[in-house]
Amino acid sequence: MEKPFAITLDVGSSLANKTGAWRDERPVYVDRLPPCNAACPAGEDIQGWLYHAEEGDYERAWRRLVQDNPLPAVMGRVCYHPCTSACNRAQIDEAVGIDGVERFLGDEAIRRGWELADAAASSSGAGARARRSGKRALVVGAGPSGLSAAYHLTRLGHEVEIHDAGELPGGMMRFGIPQYRLPRDVLDAEVQRIRDFGVKIVSSTDVTDVRDAMREGGFDAAFLAVGAHIGRRAYIPAGDSARILDAVSLLRCTEGGEPPRLGRRVAVYGGGNTAMDAARTARRLGATDAVVVYRRTRERMPAHEEELREALEEGVRMKWLSTIRHAREGELVLEKMELDAHGMPQPTGDLEELKADAVVLALGQEADLSLLQGVPGLSVKDGVVEVGANMMTGAPGIFAGGDMVPAERTVTVGVGHGKKAARHIDAWLRGGEYTPTAKHPTADIGVLNTWYYADAPKTVAPRLDEVRRCSTFQEVKQGLDEQNALFEARRCLSCGNCFECDNCYGVCPDNAVIKLAVGERYAIDYDYCKGCGLCAEECPCGAIAMAPEPG
Amino acid sequence: MAARPIKFYQVGSFAVGNRLLGPELRSVQADPNRSNAITKGHRACQGCGEALGARYALDAAMRATDGRLIAANATGCLEVFSTPYPESSWQMPWLHSLFGNAPAVATGIAAALKAKGRTDVRVVGQGGDGGTVDIGLACLSGMFERNDDVLYVCYDNEAYMNTGVQRSGSTPPAARTMTTQAVGDEPGNVFGQGKSLPLIAMAHEIPYVATATVADLRDVEAKVERAMQLRGARYLHILVTCPLGWSCQASDSVKVARLAKETGLFPVFEAEHGAVSAVSKIRRRRGVEEYLRLQGRYRHLFEPQRREDVLARIQAIADRNIARFRLCDPDGFSRQDFPANAGLAREGAPREGA
Repeated sequence: MEKPFAITLDVGSSLANKTGAWRDERPVYVDRLPPCNAACPAGEDIQGWLYHAEEGDYERAWRRLVQDNPLPAVMGRVCYHPCTSACNRAQIDEAVGIDGVERFLGDEAIRRGWELADAAASSSGAGARARRSGKRALVVGAGPSGLSAAYHLTRLGHEVEIHDAGELPGGMMRFGIPQYRLPRDVLDAEVQRIRDFGVKIVSSTDVTDVRDAMREGGFDAAFLAVGAHIGRRAYIPAGDSARILDAVSLLRCTEGGEPPRLGRRVAVYGGGNTAMDAARTARRLGATDAVVVYRRTRERMPAHEEELREALEEGVRMKWLSTIRHAREGELVLEKMELDAHGMPQPTGDLEELKADAVVLALGQEADLSLLQGVPGLSVKDGVVEVGANMMTGAPGIFAGGDMVPAERTVTVGVGHGKKAARHIDAWLRGGEYTPTAKHPTADIGVLNTWYYADAPKTVAPRLDEVRRCSTFQEVKQGLDEQNALFEARRCLSCGNCFECDNCYGVCPDNAVIKLAVGERYAIDYDYCKGCGLCAEECPCGAIAMAPEPG
Repeated sequence: MAARPIKFYQVGSFAVGNRLLGPELRSVQADPNRSNAITKGHRACQGCGEALGARYALDAAMRATDGRLIAANATGCLEVFSTPYPESSWQMPWLHSLFGNAPAVATGIAAALKAKGRTDVRVVGQGGDGGTVDIGLACLSGMFERNDDVLYVCYDNEAYMNTGVQRSGSTPPAARTMTTQAVGDEPGNVFGQGKSLPLIAMAHEIPYVATATVADLRDVEAKVERAMQLRGARYLHILVTCPLGWSCQASDSVKVARLAKETGLFPVFEAEHGAVSAVSKIRRRRGVEEYLRLQGRYRHLFEPQRREDVLARIQAIADRNIARFRLCDPDGFSRQDFPANAGLAREGAPREGA
């Protein structure tokens, strides 16, 4: 070879030296389950949709979201967001406001008229609505669980009909959750979208016998989600003229536009979320004094902290460690309680009077299970229907979910039941068995390298001004605007899943990380990787693990 | 701080890249077409901070000069691990001569280019702390005082690692090396010896002096870019971890360098014409122990018994740096009252670039 002036040696490249032979451990890219996803009762891929929202691609984010949950605008408002409680970011500054972003996406979808049909088509290609099965499924109840099941079953290729006892669909979302938490135009829009997707909803239809209904309609399977609508009563010795009613009826009548007369001083008996709803509703109906009487303490009350805080802000008073001994006109006799060593309230004998024109009982709800009478194989325990891991009752082909089965009673849990049941019903209808894919190990804060995340505290959604909110049923919590939602989405740490920050590509002293096309992440060049582990150590989100060298 | 912080983009300006940023705001290292001035197959140890720091600095210089760049390299790890005959890892014009003369060789290249009228081709001199702080200091000082048009980069790993970890003028107090064993009442390197080459460079009042660590890519790149905008003698001092010599985990290479800055033991700053012009603030302040604990070269401070006295002296060094360079001061600073500048600026106008 002709060499240039003054060059006497051939030039060789170090590429001939495969330093990969030095390695005794190798980096591998992994996906871990982010804690938000792990905590979501509806099984949403929260991090997955935040990823698109971070780019400002809200439609794609929403489409990812509705693959799991067809009610994002509702969810972003009423869910008690266990996702944010689990969020790793809470240990750095503040949890990501996932609920705020979800609500923003839901509202954006309503505003822009995004359709579910498109969601299916774009999410998994042309055949997204799975091949038609020719099977028919009956869903009883148009609450969150029933709507969710119907939506998912439709996606899976079945023909679905919902039979609902209410005049309007929505179940507890309409007749239990007050308007100041969930405006009805939002609910209507999301229900309508499910109808447009092909779900037939038959309202004002009481299913009195599920087997008859299945036979008459030619249904191959049924999903029952009738909820728990009957307010639990407690015996309270009362004079003739004492006004006692239950929270479920109060909320339902208020929704129907005919609220009961409560008077100016209202006592609410109970410590759950329904008690908070009842007390706040009473304030809006004109009660000057709304008092919640609860037998235990603040720490032990089942109502969510956020609901309690908002109730207190609206002037609701709390009577802790108290039970109602006796009710008479305009007055209650309360007995003070104290907690024993087991945290159970015990009477003390100390009595106290409380002025009250009405007592609202918010002591829990029971399910009306009469439609199941005579169904063989079914088992009812503690007032709820027992179901297996596949959500099927003891009767083949009859599945159940939501408030009528043993679980926490929230909208989100209901939606989750609907999705889960739909998958099992699909498998059952097709003669197979649904096996969920194994979950990745959870990405806890320990796998993150938090140095790399910029400090950015949470954006708080503005609340409706207090005076205004005690007198109207207008929505209390206002939404995030686009800028805030984007900021909030970008606070996501992407725990356990690569978000293409290029850190591994940058910090490798051996150029042994290959950057692939956008969206395809990276690959390790094992010919040269020496196994130093820097990429794994400096990965912000814990998406690289060191594994023993095979062989 | 030289690097412009980017707000609210998930990983802000701390990570190498960010899919949410426009390409013009991403780092050179995030670029799939970066020049990889030093490429794979080199024989640096696992987790070598110097191999990484050299690629950070040279890729940035290559981008700043459109690839028209020549490097003169001193003897040391960087030279040995990159060019065992017949292999070379360099994907740029690169020249090695002797241990102590890299600055003079770089000066010569710059003079030749000037004579040929090739002002577009730029020159980088580089070496480890041994070749820079000790052996090459005379040549380097000459390069500074003549204000030759060279950017000299020192990759400081605080000892002669290539020959088996002997003490250099840059080895910190109490550190164990082969020549400063952890024995006697004052184990490890002696307190009160050694020197700060960045401050010596500043005393030459050259156009630009800066320090950086291999833990902050954005900062390294911004400083190289700034240096390449200037003409005349420029000096960049990058702290690079040596997992072998410091006896730390290879995977902790970046973490250790980050702690050097966050403890205040290694102040990161910029100076122009002899006066400090900017400092990188400490983001999450840490005590020195967290830094020392990760490194076997300081193990004798913790076992067989804990040397509170020595730890206190090292902490005092960090505290002094923090006060001197205002590393924790949330406000900015004015050049006039900057304590590190006192006594540094001489009479007369600052020297301009050549």
